[in-house]
Amino acid sequence: MTNSIEEIEQADAILAIGTNTTENHPVISSRVKRAVRNRGAKLIVVDPREIPLVRHAAIWLRPQAGTNVAVLNGLMNVIISEGLEDAAYIETRTDGYDELKKTLAKYTPEYVEQISGVPAEALRTAARIYGTAEKGSILYAMGITQHSHGTEAVKCCANLAMICGNVGIEGGGVNPLRGQNNVQGACDMGALPNVFTGYQQVADEKARSKFEEAWGVPLSGQPGLTIMEIMNGALEGKIKALYIMGENPMLSDPDLHHVQEAMKSLDLLISQDIFLNETGEYAHVVLPSACFAEKDGTFTNTERRVQRIRKAVEAPGTARPDWAILAGLATRMGYPMQYQSAHEIMKEINSVTPSYKGITYERIEGVGLQWPCPNIDHPGTKYLHKDQFTRGKGILTPVEYRPSEELPNDEYPYILTTGRVLYHFHTATMSRRSTGLVERYPESLAEINPRDAARAGIEEGKIIRISSRRGTVSVKAHVTDRAPEGTIFMNFHFKEAAANLLTNPALDPTGKIPEYKVCAVKVEAA
Amino acid sequence: MSEQFTINIDGKEVRAMTGQTILEVARENGIFIPTLCHYKGTSNVGACRVCAIEVENARSLVAACTMPVNPGMIVRTDTERVKNARRLVVELLWSSGDHNCLTCESNGNCELQDLVYELGIEKPRFTIDPPGYDLELTNSMIARDLNKCILCGRCVRACNEIQVNDVLDFSYRSSHAKVGPAFGADYISSNCVFCGECVDACPTGAITFKSARFMGRPWETAKVKTTCTYCGVGCQLDLNIHNGKIIKVTGNREHGLPNEGSLCVKGRFGMSFVDHPDRLKTPLIRKEGELQEATWEEAYDYIADKLKMIKSEFGSDSIAGLSSARCSNEENYLFQKFMRAVIGTNNVDHCARL
Repeated sequence: MTNSIEEIEQADAILAIGTNTTENHPVISSRVKRAVRNRGAKLIVVDPREIPLVRHAAIWLRPQAGTNVAVLNGLMNVIISEGLEDAAYIETRTDGYDELKKTLAKYTPEYVEQISGVPAEALRTAARIYGTAEKGSILYAMGITQHSHGTEAVKCCANLAMICGNVGIEGGGVNPLRGQNNVQGACDMGALPNVFTGYQQVADEKARSKFEEAWGVPLSGQPGLTIMEIMNGALEGKIKALYIMGENPMLSDPDLHHVQEAMKSLDLLISQDIFLNETGEYAHVVLPSACFAEKDGTFTNTERRVQRIRKAVEAPGTARPDWAILAGLATRMGYPMQYQSAHEIMKEINSVTPSYKGITYERIEGVGLQWPCPNIDHPGTKYLHKDQFTRGKGILTPVEYRPSEELPNDEYPYILTTGRVLYHFHTATMSRRSTGLVERYPESLAEINPRDAARAGIEEGKIIRISSRRGTVSVKAHVTDRAPEGTIFMNFHFKEAAANLLTNPALDPTGKIPEYKVCAVKVEAA
Repeated sequence: MSEQFTINIDGKEVRAMTGQTILEVARENGIFIPTLCHYKGTSNVGACRVCAIEVENARSLVAACTMPVNPGMIVRTDTERVKNARRLVVELLWSSGDHNCLTCESNGNCELQDLVYELGIEKPRFTIDPPGYDLELTNSMIARDLNKCILCGRCVRACNEIQVNDVLDFSYRSSHAKVGPAFGADYISSNCVFCGECVDACPTGAITFKSARFMGRPWETAKVKTTCTYCGVGCQLDLNIHNGKIIKVTGNREHGLPNEGSLCVKGRFGMSFVDHPDRLKTPLIRKEGELQEATWEEAYDYIADKLKMIKSEFGSDSIAGLSSARCSNEENYLFQKFMRAVIGTNNVDHCARL
């Protein structure tokens, strides 16, 4: 997030696009609802599904899944044609406005209606709400990113926020809401193929030599493979060994049959986890980890706030914290790592990571600090890009709408879109072993619109068969208006009805994120 | 506009601002006024009357939590009249319910109990006459005993004004009044999303955590402040530990940002995985097609030998690693360091994209 979670309550208009935040980050959604109820903030929801936030919205745009870029361009088209843009901000803080404006010209509300199904007048109303707000906050999540054009849609969000002068102000911003406890931290710590900690590029000689000196070994400057490329590499025989810590690709990755083949073709698969999960079933070695309640450390939340976790109970059996397992293995491999505590590791992180330099355990004992925090006296950064962007001026990037990779046809007439439900988390390794959560949501349900259900002879609670070009799953139907006509929603939590047997592994060319939000399926009553 | 002025509380001149209540000004100045229905972050309703105080020239006692301050106001919080009124209110609350501390989960963590003790009430002057509601134990997460409800409405406001879930409200009137979901439903049959905000808000033992029933008294329980392991909000929470086990999870408004005490169903009720029997307890190595228990030394040897062999035969880039969005920063740091410095490859990624 460019801005902080608490600032959502200061916004005058909130545009929630591609985020079912009420179920994915419930505590953030309370802030959205309070902004509406207590301060009269206007909420615009853009989502194909009737998500819970719709009840609080001033206006709900319901585009067909996969058409975000057209809708966002349409909002900008209206804002510019009605003179609602922030001309002074565009002039002083951005580059590329003329090009952007040229591209946007064709995205009239009527043209966008043809692509997305959003009525032209509704688009105009939404654009006026965001365009006239003093402080406008954009919230988005995987509904924006998990497309073959995910990066482009993110750029559209940034364009929209910038032309309205909403970046670098309190209560505004472009705010991706992250879905996992430490996904921000994993990125910050360089668990990515192209960067060290704090996004220092491996290909950058200066950065590399800094780490070579810190770690005392020569390092490769060749960016590595992303997760999907690793899986493909395994199938092609280029990747022989895969070390997996706390991940479950055998349920979380698209096109699971393909992943399964990849797992089987490895010479060495190491699964380090708290449970023997679906991936562990294929492993040659399984290492038992301590869970979050059994160790010290830090997580970084979606607003860049680094916060402590603390050991509260003992780990079962001989399970060890992941850091201790790694240090032990490195030492055994001939690279001694003698850390006595997570605290010691944080000190090393401080020393090699400018944005984390001032974030010490002593300082975050009470409330966490938000990076960038470049020194020990720095108060942390509540919102980014205050007076200027990292590069100086913000770039406005023209983006054209492209359809999703796999669209419905006669054989596969429905769109399948996937996501989470309130009561479960990711591959449900933890949530399905929690009594209350299972009590509230014991089995997977696929949401299907009543008109589609009637046409296919599907009744509430009956088992249906959903098939894509890659596989078939059987799952209980939930007939509901939450799903738009022509679109089926499935969660990916349940291995018995693994949505990712169906999903399309088409990737966004830049972000390499799979297109989980759109693939073509057919549905039959079982 | 906010205007600054002074008011007098118990003979002391204190600064106040337009828009503040007497209670707020008193609290800012360390002057104790008891409350039950008052709940920060929600509207002031003046329901319980425990905060009754005297204001010079007012017709009757006033509720400090709802009365706005005026310049020159003279307030007394410690007169006999005030004390008698407080006693009366507390005695009435006590006698209207089944406040049996012997088995109450909130014994030692109850604002009504604290107030009874503070006021030195041996027993109420009135007949104790509980309404006789059935205990609600119909789900595994939240237990309700409306016989212990004092109708302060904190749960209702927590649900509607803090979480904005709009599930709870008052129904019926007078001595039949009760709180709960619409149409008298129990929680599990309602549209309750089990965020548990109402449990944290309840000042008595009316709404408690079911899993913690008879699992340990508050004074035997250690609270460990940590960060939730579910989504990216990073809620601060207290794991309540008794005999080495997590018995419940409570929000804590003192912890401040980002969640100011609020939690959701996963952080609140999604922790029984921690001591689930399925947890991995020893390393496993696949032998003859089966995963078999092994020691750490055996596992390390097995991995190190294989990795070294693969590295020498196929090169560092034939090895890849997936780090974890569930693990800590320190662990992610070490994982990428391991892949880069020990293995010699940048083939490291995690499921940020998934």
